[in-house]
Amino acid sequence: MTVLDQKTEPRTSIPERGRSSATQTRRKLGGFRKSDVFALVGGLAAASATTGLLWLQIGPFTGALGYVIVSWFIFVGTYALLVSFDENRPTMWDRIATVIVHSLALVLFAVLVFVIVYTFVRGATALRHLNFFTQDMHDAGPLDPLTVGGIKHAIIGTLIELGIALAVSVPLGLLGGVFLHEIPGRFPRFVRTVVEAMTALPDLLAGLFIFATLILIFGMEKSGLAAALALSVTILPIIIRASDVVLRLVPGNLTEASYALGAGHWRTVRYVVLPTARSGLATAVILGAARAIGETSPVLITAGATAQVNADPVHGPMMSLPLLSYTLVQNSQDNMVARGFGTATTLLVLVLVLFAIARVIGGRGPGQLSRRQQRRRAAASRRDLNRFAGQTTAPTGEAQGEFS
Amino acid sequence: MSDVLVEAPERQGPQPRVRLKANLEWPDRVFRGVARGGGLLVLLIMALVGTFLTYRALQALRQAGFSFVTTQDWNPDGGGFGIAAVMVGTVLIAIVAIVVATALAVGVALYISEMAPPGVRRLMVALVDLMAAVPSVVYGLWGAYFLQWRVLGLSRWISDWFGWIPLFKVSGVQRHDPLTPETLYTSSTFIAGLVVALMVAPIACSVMREAFSQAPPGEREGAYALGATRWGMIRSVVLPFGRGALIGGIMLGLGRALGETIAVVLIISPVFKIQPHIFENGTSSVSSLIALHYGESSPFALSALMAAGLALFALTLLVNFAAASIVARSRSGAVSEA
Repeated sequence: MTVLDQKTEPRTSIPERGRSSATQTRRKLGGFRKSDVFALVGGLAAASATTGLLWLQIGPFTGALGYVIVSWFIFVGTYALLVSFDENRPTMWDRIATVIVHSLALVLFAVLVFVIVYTFVRGATALRHLNFFTQDMHDAGPLDPLTVGGIKHAIIGTLIELGIALAVSVPLGLLGGVFLHEIPGRFPRFVRTVVEAMTALPDLLAGLFIFATLILIFGMEKSGLAAALALSVTILPIIIRASDVVLRLVPGNLTEASYALGAGHWRTVRYVVLPTARSGLATAVILGAARAIGETSPVLITAGATAQVNADPVHGPMMSLPLLSYTLVQNSQDNMVARGFGTATTLLVLVLVLFAIARVIGGRGPGQLSRRQQRRRAAASRRDLNRFAGQTTAPTGEAQGEFS
Repeated sequence: MSDVLVEAPERQGPQPRVRLKANLEWPDRVFRGVARGGGLLVLLIMALVGTFLTYRALQALRQAGFSFVTTQDWNPDGGGFGIAAVMVGTVLIAIVAIVVATALAVGVALYISEMAPPGVRRLMVALVDLMAAVPSVVYGLWGAYFLQWRVLGLSRWISDWFGWIPLFKVSGVQRHDPLTPETLYTSSTFIAGLVVALMVAPIACSVMREAFSQAPPGEREGAYALGATRWGMIRSVVLPFGRGALIGGIMLGLGRALGETIAVVLIISPVFKIQPHIFENGTSSVSSLIALHYGESSPFALSALMAAGLALFALTLLVNFAAASIVARSRSGAVSEA
């Protein structure tokens, strides 16, 4: 009736232990083989040699960049040919794609490094003089050496403008993000469409808008306040959109748990949604700030230009770092251009610092806690536990031992 | 028992829907009120910018009429003005930018999502984000003082050999003439486009990377199990899955490239005629037009500038909405929205 009755050999067998495991070697799945390395090196050598021949002997070509580009094309061709000797067709295409993708990534990396290093190198001549940070451009004519004049006024102006712009756009932006995420219905959907449309607004037009309304119609001076408002208009849609995206990542079961425990809408937002999304919201704000600090075009139209320190945002023109950099390099004097690069370097450092802060804060996903937050949570739940047990006094060692 | 089962459900048309009404407490009511108020305020600001620009622009548009689109000159206080030249310049710069940026962005997004080892991946993600945060004036300076002089040889080489294509022609140049001044090739559409490409590539790249890394693992493993190479898997699973985001990212970058100001102003030398040759000195764009002319403008000239700005805004708006709808409709977009 059953298979068990029949006396057949068992289909499966247990492998003998200790049988010749020493002869087996582990097979490498990744890594390079010799032929790969040969093909790569051979391709590179052939390409640079061929291009060298073209460049020096045959064609009247110029420029190092052209050399690199042409030899890259020849390299891809030669490499494909070399690989095709050893491998089949799909493998050859795979190798070509791998080489192309790797070189594109390398190009991006190299460009970023070049941009940053070049700015720093050119800026170093001006930054070497300490007066660059402690003086303004009031006394510095176009022909003055770098030991006179500095960018103090622009640093102060940038910080003031950034402060006002953030004070306006962060509360409004976060409120807008919460509104889009929390309020159901047709109206928020419409607002979301409009906000998405406004992220397309060229930043220059935000400046033009403030210029035409506040300055021309209401007779405001070109001032730090006007510039800050223009910056606010620029970054408001960015912050709203970023915070909307971050809030959407809050796990739905957390909010549902909160509602199920009887919390109202506001309590859920205040105690569940916002704390969970805190690191993401901070990143949204900081990236908005990095954008605001580097924007030149809205400031160009609304802030005016001055060579003096002006800490009053309402009266008189105010300088900011990107605007100063732009203005300085318009002047063809070497020292002015050096100052312009120094200003750009300072700006770049500020952006890098903001960016680093954003990475540290925003590296975590929603709901992931830092170690300090975890300790605080643990302490809070221990307090709750004591409260439930009817002990309102500070927990003693005994009481803790009882419950843990 | 069976009788009950037969009789119990009386299906007589749809039942009236029970209306659920939440009885909100005052903190919730205040919260909803404040949130709605915030939304309304945001809407008001945005609407104000849009309508105001339109209103001011209409003054100039009414005077210029249809010639606004066809005129190349920019002389609002006397004579004609129009956006034919600046619009062509803007679009050409954006096209050069987006061609270069697409190659870069797709390559880097594939590298990050498919090929990079985990440590390098985190580094590259951070670098791409950083690249998006670098101020445009820094890119502009780099482009004008460094890149420009390195690219001249390449510009010259391409226009020498491929000058028979109208786009690559440089007028007033003898082929292979060693005495050709290099300045003929400076401040061109091509160089401005290259720099703008570096600014928009990270934006497009992060959209694509998101989508590529969400390609379903089951399908990836299926492709490998059928014997695909890595590139075969990418071509048959990752790229079709991320196609919407691919197009969306490109369009998003395009929208940004159209509106870029300072980097372009620092590089190009403005001319007000249609410049179809991308390697030739001199071009113009809407945003550089506004940045250079807002200062000395009369109220009417300002209105004309706003009309130009409005045209640019309309273009970027169109591109962005197209991008949004493509991304939302694609498979990867639907997943990431949920």
